[in-house]
Amino acid sequence: MKEENVIISKGLTKRFGGFTAVDAITFEVKKGEIFGFLGANGAGKTTAMKMLIGISNPTGGEAMVAGFDVHTQQDAIKKNIGYMSQKFALYDDLTVAENITFYGGIYGLSRKQIREKRTKLIETLGLGEIAHQLVGSLPLGWKQKLAFSVAMLHDPQIVFLDEPTGGVDPITRRQFWEMIYKAADEDTTIFVTTHYMDEAEYCHRVSIMVAGKIEALDTPKKLKEQFEVSSMNDVFLRLARNIE
Amino acid sequence: MKRFLGFVRKEFYHIFRDKRSLFILFGMPVAQILLFGFAITNEINNVDIAVLNQSKDVNTQEITQKIDASKYFTIKRFLTSEKEIEEAFKKGDIKAVINFEKDFSEHLIKEGQGSIQILTDATDPNTASAITNYISSIIQSYQQQQNQGVQMDYQIHPEVRMVYNPELKSVFMFVPGVMTIILMLVSAMMTSISITREKELGTMEILLVSPLSSFQVIVGKVVPYIFLSMINAAIIIFLGITVFKMPIAGNLILLGLESVLFIITSLALGILISTMVKTQQTAMMISLMGLMLPVILLSGFIFPISSMPAPLQVISNIVPAKWFITIAKGIMLKGVGLGYLWKETLILIGMTVFFIALSIKKYKIRLE
Repeated sequence: MKEENVIISKGLTKRFGGFTAVDAITFEVKKGEIFGFLGANGAGKTTAMKMLIGISNPTGGEAMVAGFDVHTQQDAIKKNIGYMSQKFALYDDLTVAENITFYGGIYGLSRKQIREKRTKLIETLGLGEIAHQLVGSLPLGWKQKLAFSVAMLHDPQIVFLDEPTGGVDPITRRQFWEMIYKAADEDTTIFVTTHYMDEAEYCHRVSIMVAGKIEALDTPKKLKEQFEVSSMNDVFLRLARNIE
Repeated sequence: MKRFLGFVRKEFYHIFRDKRSLFILFGMPVAQILLFGFAITNEINNVDIAVLNQSKDVNTQEITQKIDASKYFTIKRFLTSEKEIEEAFKKGDIKAVINFEKDFSEHLIKEGQGSIQILTDATDPNTASAITNYISSIIQSYQQQQNQGVQMDYQIHPEVRMVYNPELKSVFMFVPGVMTIILMLVSAMMTSISITREKELGTMEILLVSPLSSFQVIVGKVVPYIFLSMINAAIIIFLGITVFKMPIAGNLILLGLESVLFIITSLALGILISTMVKTQQTAMMISLMGLMLPVILLSGFIFPISSMPAPLQVISNIVPAKWFITIAKGIMLKGVGLGYLWKETLILIGMTVFFIALSIKKYKIRLE
């Protein structure tokens, strides 16, 4: 069975003046896959991700995201992906329900769709009692779950998560990964960057960027075998040290 | 369009849930207009003065009475010698002393001229010069009365008439000025703050990734402030008319349209600021220092531009508020129409286009 690739990057490159932030990265992500996109700070993860989500123009190379070209079809890409940043960007002075309504609205859902989604979401997240509280008063873990659900509101093919678990306690992180697995089971592709190497173990496949290049790409199990270490943390350290 | 309306609704939530911005939006205009209208005034009213009459004849009596009868001055006391003058000023309860020379009438009749010395307390120079002007004009009008029917050789009587604001009511000057400040402040500062806030929160990133175009995002953020600024302009004009009995000589609709133009100019400036800075605080500092001060100092609101040094006069041309104040004063006080104000209007339109073009350029650089 041939698996469908939802992200195809061929030599995607971004240069700022003389500095090459992303140096000809080539990889594919399959439908329904949880793809870990790792790298130290400044390795070029964020820049690469910005090109894939259509808010930064590549200097070279090609990439297709959800079947659309990052050079010419950025608008189509935006409609078909979800995005959640490390800041869990919700409006603190809006209530839970209002935040859902707002994000549903800017993705062009109809009023009826928004109402159904909102009811369902509040029910599954168990937010019934606080649906009309301002988001600013919620604990971080709740905001994180809400931010993820909001990014999934328009049923995107791919969800990009930019360090989605920063500052959250281990139990909440565990719960969050359960949500990610559930989404992946429903054939949503998850593209996630993270600093936590234990989280890298949860991914189906992992790529590690060092100085703008993808230096390793495989399942966590195979990467560990390849580098003859027992954890992803060691894989990461080994790679980073080799380069230096 | 529906996406866009949802966005605008969200903006209104932000504004109405933030007590501070609500206060700036609606408390400030009212507070400022009342403050400027009642507290800060250049008018002369019931100023206490003293008179030293060393000749005590008909003419000096008549002049004294005429001054006392005017609503501008109250004669608080009569002095008896020149020594008392300094004493009187030191006490601080009088602002001016009128000193008639000895044998004033005699000199007037025999030599054709009599001298009156007017001494004013110039620790407050504006008031001092206003007082001397008022007293001189009262004395002149007395002189004219006396000379009626008498043939004189080449006597020139300058007749001063203050046009457009005949009572020299300073509040009439302040209404257009305060309106300019408020519109500038609300439009430029509030929008730049509200845009940078989204940047700080990280929601701007989410909006950029969403199918909303950046144009829709910016316009959506700005639309509520256009409405609110228009309400503000209306409040200020309303207060001017009702509380201060200010006559609006010109066309209210034209004034409204010009206000909308100026609001858009300020919004464009606010957008430009927000493309250059990252945090709400810097946006606020730049708006306050970079916009408020020039508006107050260089727009002709308080200090007349014509009496500034040449370099400052040149600089004042790039302050959008200067042009709007000219327009607002023209319409409110002089009642002129677009026929006279087309130049100022075009300049404001030009500035708006320039600011918007620059913001788009800056914004694109950011995207690269």
